[in-house]
Amino acid sequence: MSLSFAKRLPSHRFLETHSIWLVVGIIIVVAIGGIVEIVPLFYLKNTIERVEGVRPYSPLELAGFNIYVREGCYLCHSQMVRPLRDEVERYGHYSLAAESMYDHPFQWGSKRNGPDLARVGGKYSDDWHFDHLRDPRSVVPASIMPGYPFLETTPLDYRHIAEDLTALSRVGVPYSQDMIDHASDDLKAQGAPDSSGAEDLQKRYPKAIVRDLKLDKREISEADALVAYLQRLGAQVDFKLYDDKANIR
Amino acid sequence: MASMLEREEWKAFSDFSALAAAGLLTLLGLVLAVAGKDAVIAFHGCILLGAAGLAFLYILTQLIEKKEPRDKGGYADGVIRAGVIATVFWGVAGFLVGDFIAWQLAYPVLNLDLPWTSFGRLRPLHTSAVIFAFGGNVLLATSLYVVQRTCRARLAGDLAPWFVVLGYNFFIVIAGTGYLLGVTRSHEYAEPEWYAILWLVVVWVTYFLVYLVTVARRKEPHIYVANWFYLAFIVTIAVLVLGNNTEIPVSLFSPKSYPVWSGVQDAMIQWWYGHNAVGFFLTAGFLAIMYYFVPKRAERPIYSYRLSIVHFWALIFLYIWAGPHHLHYTALPDWAQTLGATFSIMLWMPSWGGMINGLMTLSGAWDKLRTDPVLRMLVVSVALYGMATFEGPLMSIKSVNSLSHYTDWGIGHVHSGSLGWVAFVSFGALYCLIPWVFQRKLYSLKLVEWHFWLASIGIVFYISAMWVAGIMQGLMWRAYTDQGFLEYSFVETTQAMHPMYVIRAMGGALFLIGALVMIFNIYRTLSSAKVATSELSLVAAPKLAAAE
Repeated sequence: MSLSFAKRLPSHRFLETHSIWLVVGIIIVVAIGGIVEIVPLFYLKNTIERVEGVRPYSPLELAGFNIYVREGCYLCHSQMVRPLRDEVERYGHYSLAAESMYDHPFQWGSKRNGPDLARVGGKYSDDWHFDHLRDPRSVVPASIMPGYPFLETTPLDYRHIAEDLTALSRVGVPYSQDMIDHASDDLKAQGAPDSSGAEDLQKRYPKAIVRDLKLDKREISEADALVAYLQRLGAQVDFKLYDDKANIR
Repeated sequence: MASMLEREEWKAFSDFSALAAAGLLTLLGLVLAVAGKDAVIAFHGCILLGAAGLAFLYILTQLIEKKEPRDKGGYADGVIRAGVIATVFWGVAGFLVGDFIAWQLAYPVLNLDLPWTSFGRLRPLHTSAVIFAFGGNVLLATSLYVVQRTCRARLAGDLAPWFVVLGYNFFIVIAGTGYLLGVTRSHEYAEPEWYAILWLVVVWVTYFLVYLVTVARRKEPHIYVANWFYLAFIVTIAVLVLGNNTEIPVSLFSPKSYPVWSGVQDAMIQWWYGHNAVGFFLTAGFLAIMYYFVPKRAERPIYSYRLSIVHFWALIFLYIWAGPHHLHYTALPDWAQTLGATFSIMLWMPSWGGMINGLMTLSGAWDKLRTDPVLRMLVVSVALYGMATFEGPLMSIKSVNSLSHYTDWGIGHVHSGSLGWVAFVSFGALYCLIPWVFQRKLYSLKLVEWHFWLASIGIVFYISAMWVAGIMQGLMWRAYTDQGFLEYSFVETTQAMHPMYVIRAMGGALFLIGALVMIFNIYRTLSSAKVATSELSLVAAPKLAAAE
């Protein structure tokens, strides 16, 4: 019975003797799984939760994000708190898809040589971060993190920051023309609380943390940008107001 | 006569096209070197200028002297020799960087506080060097060898195969130097930026065409099973790279690009790519090596023809679905996670189908394991393939994954597959291939024996240290005190890893020393005198074996 069924199937001999059809067969077979798993993510509305408060990165935060990418931080730090008791107690509320919807590329990570950073924003002071980046073992004696002393001695290169915003707006991040035009000013304003630009910055990027970087005495460094990025991680969504039942999938 | 003339015209046309292409690339390199606003682009422009300039001069001198290729008419083996040398070089480089970053995790002072020596930049250098440089070159070299022999046809094109191997290695240089200078897309195993990927696409399409045309010109009626796997590898890698590299450069003179997808979609596409880089680069491609070199070395036919058909189609169908198991308990929707876990578990069966087909090919030749260390290397690789492909489905079960994910268990799993399966089957294939394509007797089987044992002990150190480290850390993260508080801070779990990291790094060092023994063996082989093909026994010479 089973044998006769097998005999009615087209012979494998055909594929073994026709190279083009073998290639076509391979393409069809490998296409299926990817299509089924990927395509629905773009049209199922419940893929990304509807939450308040997630906004695109301010120019300084974006510059910090790009340094995070450049130095390969994602290789040792995840940004994805799983809904497991110990993780929620250690790091905070589990991560939502919405929280990384403006991350091009995503930084969820795959290995924790260091702790998860999804909710590190506001957990430590700026000074702690500067010390930690300069010499991790000065604040965490058993840390195995590399030191990044060069970040605070390297001036941030933001000549092309408007081009970065433009490129991101092309891939769907809602940067307005106004934001792009003021990218460079906004970047500087985030380090000068008393400047007139600081208020405009916070209108364009609500809740952006403006800190006094004493820019009259020095230039903005790469460490400034990275710390600005780290300090906003995970602090966007107000979880007191978040209704997880409404987003059950 | 007419067709002869046509062929010569065609040859002249293709030679001049190649010359023009090399000339244009030289110019492009010059433009980038001079006008590149970014230091990295200017540096990579210089490398392109040098490489394309050399290619241009070479093609030009060939045209002027009207030289015929030396091995015209026979199999094209020169390009395979180049691939073999590149394989050995990148292998040792990749193992060295890998072991260095292993020591960095044990002793962070080794990061040297410099940008280009920190773990974050060296780790992609290690993974790309071993997967794409070492693994990629061994796949290029063996595939171009196997396709000619199993099709009884010379490689299509004269310059094209050379373009594939040299162009691919050029891609590696651009990607690797880019990592050190901080150019990365931060997608694991897909770090090279847009301009390196554009180049790779050109190389890869040429590779596909060379391969397919050679298969189409075969004098054998059937396409041998190894070629199915090579074709699946070549075609699917093209699909994956194109899918995962949809990105927009900031400008044409900037190394930086932004991917079109973000967050959850970007994560899904990345791990669809990432897991199938394992599935099609490190599995399908290396199964092709197994399907040629194991039967050749054991002098036995493949165990089951039917099994090879069933497991081939099942393997390539199921693998594609397995990506989401890298994203268990993340913000990826549950339905996708469940699909990923389900198909990962099913994947166990076709994986073991391949293992059984490889191992059982030794039926009636098991005694050779005692006398032939090369065959032993090949067989142990298949056994470790079986182990890793059992562990993988296990780790893709969500409850297991909640413990294993983000820990060193994953690192151990990857290395039992990559050191045990990929590297061992590659070493075995190299020890077979080098005597064949260089027409020299392998210098010493005794040294192969040393390589085998050094590397095997290294692997045992490595993976057992990582099992202990991973499971321990996973358990420590979720440990609670009697009062219901988390028992350990994160850094306490890091401290507990230290002894395991030292053992792992020592295991890696043993593996590296094994590879250095191989280099010495190959060096002595290549510096010996050529022998006639008839004198090259496929397997260990009986006399040598008896003396063991």
